[in-house]
Amino acid sequence: MIKDFGKYAIMFAGLVLLQVLILNNIQFSGFVNPYVYILFIMLLPFTIPGYAILGLSFFLGLSIDIFSNTPGVHAGATVLLGFLRPGIADLISSREIIEKGNTPNMKQLGFASFLKYTIIAVFAHHLFLFYAEAFSFQGFFHTLLRTILSSVFSIVIILASQFIIFKN
Amino acid sequence: MRSLFRFLLRNYFLMMFLALEAISLVLIVSFNNYQRVTFFNSSNNFAGTVYEKFSSFDDYFSLSRTNARLAAENASLRKQLQLRMMLQEKYPVNRPDTVEAPAYVFTSAKVISNSVNKQFNYITLNKGSRQGIKQDMGIIDASGVVGVITNVSPNYSTGLSLLNKRFSISAKITKNNYSGALVWDGEHYNSADLKEIPFHVIVNVGDTVVTSANSGIFPEGIMIGIIKKFDVESGTNFYNIKVELSTNFNTLKFVEVVQNTKQTELKNLEKNNITE
Repeated sequence: MIKDFGKYAIMFAGLVLLQVLILNNIQFSGFVNPYVYILFIMLLPFTIPGYAILGLSFFLGLSIDIFSNTPGVHAGATVLLGFLRPGIADLISSREIIEKGNTPNMKQLGFASFLKYTIIAVFAHHLFLFYAEAFSFQGFFHTLLRTILSSVFSIVIILASQFIIFKN
Repeated sequence: MRSLFRFLLRNYFLMMFLALEAISLVLIVSFNNYQRVTFFNSSNNFAGTVYEKFSSFDDYFSLSRTNARLAAENASLRKQLQLRMMLQEKYPVNRPDTVEAPAYVFTSAKVISNSVNKQFNYITLNKGSRQGIKQDMGIIDASGVVGVITNVSPNYSTGLSLLNKRFSISAKITKNNYSGALVWDGEHYNSADLKEIPFHVIVNVGDTVVTSANSGIFPEGIMIGIIKKFDVESGTNFYNIKVELSTNFNTLKFVEVVQNTKQTELKNLEKNNITE
């Protein structure tokens, strides 16, 4: 348990720094900005209590907000993801995997299920994020396009990271 | 009352979710209204330090480009200086009064964080109130207007970039001095919209757009960009003008913060007009 705590603390700091120092500087035609830090919420163990998911989500989102001058935007989007996560996890995995106390990573779920999990989680998060950032439905389709393009990039990076970690 | 508590406890996950979303919403809305919150932005010391450390590492990769740009700026300033001196020798009467302090004071600063791909982009600089940076000062670089300072901490400051849909500056077309408001279009980091230019003004593609003296934040005549295309929307009296920005926001490194030393005087004077 203590070992896990250390592992998650390092992952938290690592993902926040990766996001604000490197990924936020990817400036590809002004449309694409992948947000990969949500991998932290996605990889929390199945058995984690609800208040911990929501609390960590809020704290993670707020950390990103402080660096990117968008108070509340990332926090709101990540809390939404934290709220939806138990539902998505139930949807894509069987009872046995959940009860064994595993984490929903690619090794446990298999590629197809993990892909489904990633697509739903990333899209839900990004949809909230980009509309909260624009804070209006003016330019609805422009925002939608930004959401979809960035989602695709985030999904690719998340999958790639799983392949690199579990390549053996 | 007890059953209410029991209900809340049973649905604590939903309740906690709603509470946290409510907090987020309050943060978003209050930031939207005032464009500033006290702590949750990157001018605070912690975020500033992280950005500065990383930026000093990142600098090594752009040294040659930055050098070339500074050299070019030096050359152009030297040319201007020479021209000025030549004019003074020719027309010695025209010598400016040195007793009066100049209205605008420039402080150089380094950009330690900057974005171009959001709807509301911000910029973080490595100087703050200890170095004399204050709110509402303008930010420019060698090629043109960059933004305006909104938050200041002792050692860092953040500002609205021109690439922020909540920011608009007063701009004019050099050729005929007609002024309008320049707002970012939210789409690409090198174009913005110039609004409120009436229909009867003659506008051409390639005309220069510079800052006007109306704002009091920027000196008059700082480059903003050139007109890329324009058209007239049916049913309005104003042009739709697209301006290609002269500042490359993607490679911003060194900027200057402009202080108008006479801004308070100007503001007080203008305030009197309203109250009377």
